[in-house]
Amino acid sequence: MAYVAPSPRFLPWLTRKPRPKVVAEGDKRVQFSSPVLPYLFLAPQLAVIFIFFYWPSVQAVSSSFYIEDPFGFGSTFVGMSNYTDVLTSAQYRGIALFTVVFTALVTLFSLSIGLLLAVKADAVIRGSSAYKTMLISVYAIAAPVAALIGMMFFDQHIGPFVEVASWFGWDMRVGLSYFDTAFAMIVVAVWKQVPYNFIFFLSGLQSVPVSVREAAAIDCKSGFRRFWTVTLPLLAPTAFFLLIINVTYSLFDTFGIIDVMVKDKAANNPITLVYKVYEDGFRGNDLGSSSAQSVILMIVVFVLTIFQFRFVERRIHYT
Amino acid sequence: MVVSRTLPIGLLTDQPVGRDQVMIKKFSMAALAVTFSATSSLAATNITWWHGMGGRNGEVINEISQKFNESQTECALTPVSKGTYEEALASGIAAFRSGEQPNILQVFDAGAATIINAKGATVAAEDLIKDAGYDFNRDDFIEGVRYFYADSDGKFVGMPFNSSAPIMYINDEALKKAGVEAPKTWEEFEEIAPKLKEAGYIPLVQSQLTWEFTENFFSRHNLQFASNNNGYDSVIDTTINVTDPNHVMMYQKLKDWHDNGYFGYYGAGWSDNQKPFEENKVALWIGSSGSFGGLQKTAQMPFSATFLPYWKSVNPEGVHTFIGGAALFAMSGKSEAENKCTASFFHFLTSPEIQKFYHQATGYVAITEAAYELAKEEGYYKEKPAAEVGIQQLQLPSGEWNKGYRLGFYPQIRTIMEREYNRIFAGETSVKDAMETIKKEGDELLARFAKTAG
Repeated sequence: MAYVAPSPRFLPWLTRKPRPKVVAEGDKRVQFSSPVLPYLFLAPQLAVIFIFFYWPSVQAVSSSFYIEDPFGFGSTFVGMSNYTDVLTSAQYRGIALFTVVFTALVTLFSLSIGLLLAVKADAVIRGSSAYKTMLISVYAIAAPVAALIGMMFFDQHIGPFVEVASWFGWDMRVGLSYFDTAFAMIVVAVWKQVPYNFIFFLSGLQSVPVSVREAAAIDCKSGFRRFWTVTLPLLAPTAFFLLIINVTYSLFDTFGIIDVMVKDKAANNPITLVYKVYEDGFRGNDLGSSSAQSVILMIVVFVLTIFQFRFVERRIHYT
Repeated sequence: MVVSRTLPIGLLTDQPVGRDQVMIKKFSMAALAVTFSATSSLAATNITWWHGMGGRNGEVINEISQKFNESQTECALTPVSKGTYEEALASGIAAFRSGEQPNILQVFDAGAATIINAKGATVAAEDLIKDAGYDFNRDDFIEGVRYFYADSDGKFVGMPFNSSAPIMYINDEALKKAGVEAPKTWEEFEEIAPKLKEAGYIPLVQSQLTWEFTENFFSRHNLQFASNNNGYDSVIDTTINVTDPNHVMMYQKLKDWHDNGYFGYYGAGWSDNQKPFEENKVALWIGSSGSFGGLQKTAQMPFSATFLPYWKSVNPEGVHTFIGGAALFAMSGKSEAENKCTASFFHFLTSPEIQKFYHQATGYVAITEAAYELAKEEGYYKEKPAAEVGIQQLQLPSGEWNKGYRLGFYPQIRTIMEREYNRIFAGETSVKDAMETIKKEGDELLARFAKTAG
């Protein structure tokens, strides 16, 4: 087994230092003295993956075929009926649709706002570090805290955003109106994620060689076109990495935000699929249905990831 | 800001507390649990108690445990907070499945069916107490508390612990300004609502429709809530009666009142609805009998309390409501010595002094007649009349259908109700359609639950 340096594909600007010499230099390969040793090094990581990922996944798949007493006394094998029940439920499909819209909007807005801010902050010369620090600091806020702050902004009784909305004749009722709650959730989720994207885009921008920029500036007067045709393609690896991260964020990591914003009681408010899994499994103690839902979610993520790597990544050129 | 606004509510209702409090609570509980286990004598039998109480209520649990540990030397009780009611139940279930269950698990009203139907998960409290050689008399408990956590023969499966009732809080200032008396019935409310509105108040607000206007609509009017004797007799083919014309009428009225500005609705969250009452914007608020302690700190105006109103046209008298709150369950699979300790603790809990202490410290109702008498003798209710309303309401006459309900997957059915009720007031559905949806999805869940018992 040869030692291979970690692929710099995702974070090219972090690994611009000279590549480790151990990589393929003819026949001077570094070999482990014993063939068992690499497996030993891998063992802790594999154990973690096995215990915390594969084992629970297998459990989820097997219990998704049963309707089970929560305490484990009785269980009835029901075949695929947990899946068919879930997939034919209009409510579940509604939640799935919301999840898609939510994920698309949160990803789109947090990526584009992050990029916009990064481009602008990159262009600032005086006091740039102050701007950057302010923009980045939001990322240090934990999701539930961010949601609490967001909730206060959208509070029916004291929320300043609700006040602003009422100037435009929008009677915003977060917690009661589906649309208003969805709006508030998306705003908070985007707000929480923008700094993350900002950090990556900023470092991505700083890795675009000055010579390339200068050459482009000579050829083309339009700043926007220069950005579109030169800078953006060079940022593509960063953007692709962020796309995956943001989609996963919207699907899973927004759980804390949603939980705080619906105050434990989703009622008619929008929730995402992962929250539904929690609601049925942990609050409703319906393990069968909850397992089936988490298996469905697992398949969706699996397919999505394959799609992203096969079709989107192909169009990206790594420098 | 958010924390300080919600804190008093969590302190004194049986409602699950907000996330923010849970966190603070978890830390303090962990610290306390360590202190307790460190001080418990080595020779004593250790027993554990998992609960879902936060804030001040959680502290009171620690105080009670300490009192128990000081009262005798054989047993050492360690209370552990597991978050909210739902989280406590979920942790208890997970622990039971891996054989690590606590001796005592607190389970809330809506989760009662889940644990009681899992035959073999618990030892009936009544058996446990009797086997340990203590006297146990069902009639010591006040009327409304006796049956909720009992089996269909009336045997106590769970030990009622924290009990509450939905009652109506009155903004004295608002009623005075409008020149009206507090309504006893909804008919009377309809008469005074326009005057309250004219006086510049929102006439009515509530905090939990499922508990206050559905479950206890059925109990207060002595209407059957579910088939199979409200679910007590069997899990097979149990169906829910939310489409009962009287129940539909109640929500139609609420909707009409809402449209006319007589009823304010701010979503399914408890505190969003309590807040306008505290801020003196609302005349009447339906809350928990346990809410008064918190209100004393937060309400900006003098207030009093009275029974949950009822429709004279539906039931001319009005009977007692279901108990809200939670009960303690003795988990099975424990040694005899430990079970004896659990029994000894349950016995300790029902002593009038401890009941009175708990009642006064938390605002939950006293569950035994003796404790109620003791608090009365002491003049506690002269000082705090609102504290007595819940007990008096639970002592109203019993009917055929107000003993309790036993419905599987009920927490999920409540979730469906919350969704549909919100849709009613958001104007997304009609009352009739909403009730039909709840019945359809609710009955499906009940049928699903019946399969888990198979």
